[in-house]
Amino acid sequence: MATNEYDAIVVGSGISGGWAAKELTEKGLKVLMLERGKNIEHIKDYKNAHKEAWDYPHRDLPTQAMKVDYPVLKRDYPLNESTKGMWANEVENPYTEDKRFDWFRGYHVGGRSLTWGRQSYRLNKADFEANGKEGVAVDWPIRYEDLAPWYDYVEKFAGISGNRDGLDVLPDGIYQPAMALNCVEKDVAARVQKAYSGARHIIPGRTSNMTEPKPEHGRANCQYRNKCWLGCPFGGYFSTQSSTLPAAMKTGNLTLRPFSIVKEILFDKDKKRATGVEIIDAETNETYVFKSKIVFVNASAFNSSWLLMNSATDVWDGGLGSSSGELGHNVMDHHFRVGASAQVEGYDDKYTYGRRPSGFYVPRFRNWGDDKRDYLRGFGYQGGASRSGWRQDVAELGVGAGLKEAMSEPGGWTIGMTAFGEMLPDHSNRIYLNKKVKDKWGLPVLAMDVEIKENELKMRKDMQQDAIDMFEAAGLKNVNGWDADYAPGMGIHEMGTARMGRDAKTSVLNGHNQVWDAPNVFVTDGACMTSASCVNPSLTYMALTARAASFAVEELKRRNL
Amino acid sequence: MERRDLLKLIATATGTALVGGKALAYDIVAPVPLSETGFSKEDVALINEMAEVIIPQTDTPGAKAANVGLVIPVIVADCYTPKLQKAFKEGIKTINVRSNEAFKKDFLLLSSTQRETLFTKLDTEAKAANLTEGISNGIPTAKPSQWEPGSEGPIPHYFTLLKQLTLYTFFTSQVGATKVLRYVAIPGYYNGELPYEKGDKAWAT
Repeated sequence: MATNEYDAIVVGSGISGGWAAKELTEKGLKVLMLERGKNIEHIKDYKNAHKEAWDYPHRDLPTQAMKVDYPVLKRDYPLNESTKGMWANEVENPYTEDKRFDWFRGYHVGGRSLTWGRQSYRLNKADFEANGKEGVAVDWPIRYEDLAPWYDYVEKFAGISGNRDGLDVLPDGIYQPAMALNCVEKDVAARVQKAYSGARHIIPGRTSNMTEPKPEHGRANCQYRNKCWLGCPFGGYFSTQSSTLPAAMKTGNLTLRPFSIVKEILFDKDKKRATGVEIIDAETNETYVFKSKIVFVNASAFNSSWLLMNSATDVWDGGLGSSSGELGHNVMDHHFRVGASAQVEGYDDKYTYGRRPSGFYVPRFRNWGDDKRDYLRGFGYQGGASRSGWRQDVAELGVGAGLKEAMSEPGGWTIGMTAFGEMLPDHSNRIYLNKKVKDKWGLPVLAMDVEIKENELKMRKDMQQDAIDMFEAAGLKNVNGWDADYAPGMGIHEMGTARMGRDAKTSVLNGHNQVWDAPNVFVTDGACMTSASCVNPSLTYMALTARAASFAVEELKRRNL
Repeated sequence: MERRDLLKLIATATGTALVGGKALAYDIVAPVPLSETGFSKEDVALINEMAEVIIPQTDTPGAKAANVGLVIPVIVADCYTPKLQKAFKEGIKTINVRSNEAFKKDFLLLSSTQRETLFTKLDTEAKAANLTEGISNGIPTAKPSQWEPGSEGPIPHYFTLLKQLTLYTFFTSQVGATKVLRYVAIPGYYNGELPYEKGDKAWAT
């Protein structure tokens, strides 16, 4: 029995779970990290890391059989041979859709930290104040200043490259040198700067791909292969495997248990505390109980709320944290797949070397400063400029040597950018347990009932038109706006469903990510977000997790938990 | 720090105190033997000859040298819907019929000039047919994996299918990527203003 007792249990091993494990073990706690899927060892298990298209039987294309097996994943780009097995098995792990929701899950050690987009931005001051000022949902219980030192802390360890651009809308952090813009991006950036008198900026993306090595952590700088999703054998980007897991292991305080599906948090209703968790071993189907003083829930936003919904149901029908009526509600994502592309004349004597795994970023400018629109909040753009390669359309050419030669040489320069818009929290956007449908282990699945609403639809018009305007203002040719349609979930930025707040009656978590109804349970992944901002969220989960872990250890010392 | 030192350092990093569970990471898709594709060795040779007309040997290797004839059957068998498979297979036969109509010879017996004449005609016909039929996925450089299971919609002209398969499998082949295009496995750094002269090859990846 002794081996089944720990100081802390961390549910999930992705970006935030890895941080929880690192912080808690480094502060001396004995930690059990539970992961529902298989183990993936750093470097050793990155089996495709050095492969190219010609090493795959279907040249990295999805087969018809794969499309049948992954009916959700096939809706967008992630289905291919090189990352096969890095997405949740959809047959074993179904969910239901009242409205279409694309849920792209990573069920393995490291979670989606292995396959994330790596763009790393801070929320700004206004992001934390907007809900309160505008009367949307509930106010964040914390402010930028509460999180700023924790952003510093996680950026320094994770290794973020970026410029300090001095913009209020996108607070600067602790950065390694940025991944440079190429000559065309620099030129367009200067033209946009001039056309909008400095009100709109094209800056280098801030990314967790390192430009300087961290030999003390066994990590090299990015080698510009742009194969991040295959696992980086150089440790060039932040993942659980490259960064937080080795740090946690080094303490000797961490036990990692893969194939462990946590089915509920055990709750002592007299003490109003969690006492541990019950798991199903995904391979043997046997159940086990593990005890701990605190539980960190980092199962990815929706699965964290799923776990709460399945816990303490003898006290609350809707589960732990449901007393507010907000558990499972206020789902957010970033709505995107809208933007513009254009041709850039000139620069025929310039090309690029190296496959930069990042691009440029355009920080939000709508509803910022003096700008006022007929919708709330705003959006940012991510994009890049490049010369087209062999995939360029060569419609005018037939067959033979001429076609071959044309396809072997780079085409002209094109530039494109995609907007990522903030989605407002809305009570009616929800997930809930569908007890009629069970997964492979007999557990109820989630049902999705989420849609974008009027504010997002209005914003999308600007998201396209502003991109067109900026490229035209920069004097570019053949500017094309596009909207490729967006379904909730496609941003792979699920947020909300267990929001932080100031009042137990209207929020699931308090300002330290503690479940109001069980203060020794902390939820620090995307579930906790009170609003979404328009910037990529993972860096914020890291900072919130480190902050909550520090608080949890202090509270343990004060015997408050 | 030298990269060699870093690699050494990485190799010694991280041991895990793991409880149970076998380590299975990125699933490996098994190679597909020709016998499972429904195509024969003769088909492979024929497809190689046809693909060579589209991407011929010049001062650099062509489609036959890249042996695209061995990969195309695998992609047709696994990435195509049954309807597309049928269209492709019948298309290969139709090419022979057209060869006999035009030159009174099987395709394999045509001279290289006759082959190019025939394919140029077929390419023009294919473009026109796709346009008439309103085929939106008839772009020659489109990925040959864009069709959904069970989709019954209109499909491109058979010659477009052959061309798409040839271009994709050639430029994703090691021969195409390294001997016709430029390829560097580990660039190591980024240069956003590399000097370029007309004739310099495009990057493969």
